[in-house]
Formats: sequence, structure tokens, C-alpha cells
Amino acid sequence: MNIGRLIIREILFRKLSFALGVLSVLAAVGCLVGALASLREHDRRTEQIITAKQAETQEKMELLADDYRRITLKLGFNVLILPKDQKLSDLFADDYASKYMPEEYATRLAKSRVATINHILPSLQQKVKWPETGRTILFMGVRGEVYIRGAGQKPLLEPVQAGQIVLGAELHQSLKLKVGDKTRLLGREFTVAKLNDERGTKDDITVWINLAEAQAMLGKEGQINGILALDCTCADARLPIIRAEIEKILPDTQVIEFASQAIARAEARRRAAAEAEATIEREKQGRARLRSEREAFAAVLVPLIVLGCAVWIGFLALANVRERRGEIGVLRALGVRARQILWLFLGRAAAMGVAGACMGYAAGQAAIAGAEFNAPLLPAVLAGAPLLSVLASWVPALLAAQQDPADILRQE
Amino acid sequence: MDTILELRDVQKHFRRPDGVVRAMDGVSLRIGAGEFVAVQGPSGSGKTTLLMAAGVLMQPDSGAVVIAGEEPYKLSAEQRAGFRAAHIGFVFQQFHLVHYLNVLDNILTAALASRADSAKERARELIERFGLANRTSHVPSELSTGERQRVALARALLNKPKLLLADEPTGNLDEENGRMVLGCLAAFAKEGGAVLLVTHDPKAAGFSHRALRMEGGRLTGS
Repeated sequence: MNIGRLIIREILFRKLSFALGVLSVLAAVGCLVGALASLREHDRRTEQIITAKQAETQEKMELLADDYRRITLKLGFNVLILPKDQKLSDLFADDYASKYMPEEYATRLAKSRVATINHILPSLQQKVKWPETGRTILFMGVRGEVYIRGAGQKPLLEPVQAGQIVLGAELHQSLKLKVGDKTRLLGREFTVAKLNDERGTKDDITVWINLAEAQAMLGKEGQINGILALDCTCADARLPIIRAEIEKILPDTQVIEFASQAIARAEARRRAAAEAEATIEREKQGRARLRSEREAFAAVLVPLIVLGCAVWIGFLALANVRERRGEIGVLRALGVRARQILWLFLGRAAAMGVAGACMGYAAGQAAIAGAEFNAPLLPAVLAGAPLLSVLASWVPALLAAQQDPADILRQE
Repeated sequence: MDTILELRDVQKHFRRPDGVVRAMDGVSLRIGAGEFVAVQGPSGSGKTTLLMAAGVLMQPDSGAVVIAGEEPYKLSAEQRAGFRAAHIGFVFQQFHLVHYLNVLDNILTAALASRADSAKERARELIERFGLANRTSHVPSELSTGERQRVALARALLNKPKLLLADEPTGNLDEENGRMVLGCLAAFAKEGGAVLLVTHDPKAAGFSHRALRMEGGRLTGS
């Protein structure tokens, strides 16, 4: 016979009293585990929601970016690099630059691996009289684009081969020219290589020929009066950055940007992105507020329930001590030490704690649908619940151990 | 004859609202090995107090209690518990068996303090001796009163005490079972133990070597 066996026999004899104690521990542990599981589940759900929203936003932004890229490409070049001494008033009045710079600038720009622009196209442009037709046209000499990041990218403007000519809509329509027709320009014969669609801009009265031929015809060998380029992001705040970078590479040039429609679209895209981010942030804040409310509720409820359960366990232990008064008296008379009596009741309380902890953990987990198994919490609960139960039973157990057997035996 | 229990001028008074009760008023008593002493007296004469003092459960106000050559009241509370387990057996009128333990385990509760390895073997011997072999796994509520008292006797004898203290052990028994219990007490004395019996029952005194009377906290006829 030992104290452990005595505890087990007594538990089996007073099942209801023990079950009530276990139920109490179960309630306390279940409430704690349930509250923690609920918060963990909330965090998991929050992560899911935010991830889904971020993915949705990312997808939308990618669609917007792609859309914008297409719009930008359709709009064509939106950056123009000019000689520094070119007056912009003259440029806008004449539709072409009257100052020149070396063609080599385009190559230098490409070799320096400039990062803020793309699609570098050196050009020589001038308004001239087309004597053979009696028309005033914009005469544009172009070569292929100078590539920055390899030759794989599709050019915005196809190069014009020597001896070939590309015509704007107004010109080929009024002159009734077709692809393959021969025509003369400034005394030279050209074959019509391409007819551009109507654009509603000065492009409609533009003639494109090979840059080298244009330079020879205008007596500007090795000279250009503009480098067209594309700023792919087109955000308005980008221009100073582009200027700063190009000024470092080509100090005697200036940069202007056009295509305000593209800038407006970029701004719209930026605002859409900002709104999407704000929506995610609002969702995060809402979820955090909800978590905080749940946490505050649990912080009040759980200690209250634990305290209530501890008091209840204490009352049950006290009732058990009173019920077993005669047993305590005779055991003490038989020589059982006060310390052993103390363990007799504390051992019972610990057993109650272990049983309640196991059931309470399972109940708390089961109460929250989809709650993940919280492995580190289990040993903490298995240690904490018996401790709580033992502490709650401490005073009654101490009273039992301190009872005077002579008093009990005389009264019984 | 070796002295097992000796009380020397023992006094025990209780203060009550209506005055002081002199439960033991200068009691002296000596019981030797193999001696069976019966103490009779009316209710409130101090018999139970005498038994408690002799059983190292109630410290006297003055005087000395010597058991097997030792003065247990000079020991600490924990040592006194050990002393009781080793030297003293108790039998009560109400049996005081543990409700939820069977016969064997009830007898073995006496081994909770002594933790003797041979306790189970000794318990089985006592079960045989007291005719309880077919009741080993029964709980007290399934036993007759006579059987319950036999279980209580077996529990008292488990640790082979030198002194057996019996408080009205036949009070709840019929004549036959009463005789059987008193016979067991007498047999214990015959085997060299000392028995102190307090009782109302005049027949019980017939089994003792000496019959004393207690009245007003004083022993007479010793």
C-alpha cells in the first residue's frame, strides 16, 4: 500500500467529486486553449486574406503595366535629346531643331548603358520643299535604333534602307503613291518601301529616308539634330532623373519629354497601385483591430474563468477533506505522517489537473474549427493545469494535514 | 515482566465555558508485557482521554508517558507518528475502516507509515487468522459488523505493535463477536503484548488480568 494507490482507490470511489474537479480544470484549460487557438486561427486567416489581396493587386498591376506598355509603344518615342543651344521656341515654331550634334552621341549614350531610357534613335529632321511635287514636307533621316540592352528588342521604328522611302498618310494619299512605286526627292530616285497610316500629326506630312542619305542630301555628314528615345515608365517625376543621367553622359545636350497622355496614364496607374496598397493596409489594420479586441476579451475572460475554476477546485477539495475527516484521523493514529496526508490530497488534485488538462486541450482545440495543433502549448498546459489544481487545493490539503487525530477520533 | 506502558502522575485538563474538566487528574498506570488491563467507568470519566494519552495522540499537561522505555512526547510530531506506527495498535468502537478500500487494503493502511516490505504477507497471515480469507476483496459496506471489527483488529496488529489500545471494541458487536474480539486481545497479551482496554462492558473485564475503574479523571483499583 502506498499513497498513490490510496489516491487512485479514492478517485474511483468518489467519481462524481473527482469528475466535477476535472470538469473545472477542463473549463479553465479549454477556455485558455480555445482563446489561444482562436487568436492563432485569426492570424492564419489574416495572412490568407492579405496574401490573396496582395496576389489580386499584383495581378491587376501587372495587367495595368502591360496595358500601359502597349499604350506607350503605340504612342512611340516620348523623349527627345537636343543640342544644348537649341531654342525650344524655335523648335516648336519650326517643328524641327535648327542646331546639330554629332551622330556619335547616340552610340556614346548606348555604350554608357543609360538606365532611364530605351530605344535610342538618332535622327536628322528638317522642313524642306519637295520640288518634284511642290509640297512642303518634314524630311527625316533615320537609321536603325542603337541598342542598349542587346539587339533582341523589337524597334519602335523600322530602319529605312538606302534608296527607299517611307511616306506619311497625307503625302501618299494625295500623291497616289503605292509600295514599290518610284518617286524622286531632291533629285534622287527612291522606291516607296512603306506607307504609314493616318496619325493626325505632323507624321502625316513626313518623309523618312536613310540617315546617311539624308545627311548627304542636306550636307550634314555625321550630324544629327535629335535623338529620340523612350522612357518606359513615363512618370512625370522621372524627367529630372533622366536629365541628370543624360547630362552626365552628354553634357552639351538638353532633354525634353512629350506624350502627356502617357504621363497621365502612368499617374493613373500609380494612383491605382497606391489605392490598392491602401486597401490592403486598411484590411491589415481592420484585422489587427479585430485581433486586438479578441485579445482584450480573452485577457479578461480567461483569467476570470481560471480564477473561478480555481475557487471551485478549492471548494471541492475542502468538501473532500471534510468528508474524509474520519479517514484522516485513523490514518494519523496509525502513524501516517502529516506530510503524507498533505500529499494524499495534493496528489489527487494533480491527477485532477492532468486529466482536466488533456481533456481541456482537446476541447479547446476542437472548439475552434480548423485550428492547427499547437505543439508547444500542450506541455505547458500539462504542467500548468496540475500546478493550478495543486495550488487551489493547497489550503484544504494543509488543513487536512494539520488536523488533530485525537480530536477527530473523540468526536467520531 | 518488562514494562510496556507506564503513566506517571499524568494530568490532562480541558477548559470549557462552564469550567475546567479534569479528564486525567494524576493518573499513574503500569502495564507489562503479556498483560491485559481493562479500564471501566461511566461516560465522561476520562477513559478515552487516557487512551489517547497512552496512544501518543494527546499530549498530557503534566506527568510522563513511557512506552517501551521511551518517552514519545519528547519526540517531534513527525517522530511521534513514526513511533505510533512502530509500537502501538488501535482498535475503535466505530472500526474506522476506510470505506473505499477492500479488506486487504484496509489492513495494509497500517503499512503506509511503516512501509514494511513484508506487510502484504503479514496482512494475508492475519486475514487467515481472523477468518477473513473469503472476504479479502470486499469493502467494509459488504462486511458484517463482526467482520469489520476483525479487519480493524488485523490492521492494528499488522506492524506487530508492543501495545494494543482498544476503545469499546465490543460496543457495536453481538455477544459472540464481542467474545471473539476480546479473545483476540487476550491472545495478543498472551503472545507478549500489552493491552489497554477501555469499556463500559462488565463482561469485557472478565478477559483481562486487571480491571481498573476510572472516575472523575482518577484511576482506582490499580
